[in-house]
Amino acid sequence: MTDAIDPRGPRFTATVTTVVFAAALLTPTPIATVLVAVQALCFAVGAGRGVQHTPTGWAFRRFVRPRLTPPAELEDARPPRFAQAVGLGFTVVALAGYLTGAVVVAQVAVGLALVAAVLNAAVGFCLGCEMYLLGLRIARPAR
Amino acid sequence: MRPDRSSLTGDVTTGTVILLAALLLAAGFALHRRRVDGRFAATGTDAEPGRTEPGRTEPARTEPAQATVWARVQDALPSAEPGERATLVQFSSAFCAPCRTTRVVLDEVARREDGVEHVEVDAEQHLDLVRALDVRRTPTTLILDAAGREIVRAAGAPQRHQVLAALPGASA
Repeated sequence: MTDAIDPRGPRFTATVTTVVFAAALLTPTPIATVLVAVQALCFAVGAGRGVQHTPTGWAFRRFVRPRLTPPAELEDARPPRFAQAVGLGFTVVALAGYLTGAVVVAQVAVGLALVAAVLNAAVGFCLGCEMYLLGLRIARPAR
Repeated sequence: MRPDRSSLTGDVTTGTVILLAALLLAAGFALHRRRVDGRFAATGTDAEPGRTEPGRTEPARTEPAQATVWARVQDALPSAEPGERATLVQFSSAFCAPCRTTRVVLDEVARREDGVEHVEVDAEQHLDLVRALDVRRTPTTLILDAAGREIVRAAGAPQRHQVLAALPGASA
């Protein structure tokens, strides 16, 4: 077992992510581009250094967790970190779309990322984690 | 980025539609998952003919020899022990929080119920087995009978009462 984290941290992060993606879909392209770029940076930090090092991870520890009861159990930090990498994939596609004028492509990518984020925030479901096994089955050919 | 004002409002309109569609999709998916997660249902991987390799504690069988699910599992995990009454085979992966919940539930069932063993398979390490048994996500739990044949399986974390009800000779 590597790092153990409060499972409510990633839920909090997913809630903020959901709001950012919703804002990106409801604002004109220049603002949406900036929002998605900032979100991509957060995902990059989360995937690269771990979810504890993202701005939302910090905000959760600093402002939210002190107000909550201690967690019933800790959770492995790897699944949410993997999910951040999946989120990064979607936001990079979206960012490329916004920057090249393919705005609808960008918005669909943001919409799909939002589905994953809102499911994580609302019911604790980790879409990226579930895709992992199917991805392996496809990526690694049968012997 | 386009300075044209009408095009910008157009993007916002499209964005609003996509936002609503995304929320509906998420809600539908969540409801669907709540319904199917942890529900045991029969599949029938054992119908396929295969190699002859009965498990160690399998009773002698008179039907034509087939590779039972247990035989395949034991191929991958030679040290695994089958249960006399039932074996709970759980497929897990590192990137899977519900797998931990499932492990706790299945461990407890195996401890409390006579003749029931819990075997956990790391899906990542045993992709051939994952393919052979057509496991699509983790956690997936297979319940095998005393002969090592698959009776039912459930994708998603099952609850204790769901496992107990699906065990062969359930009433204990």
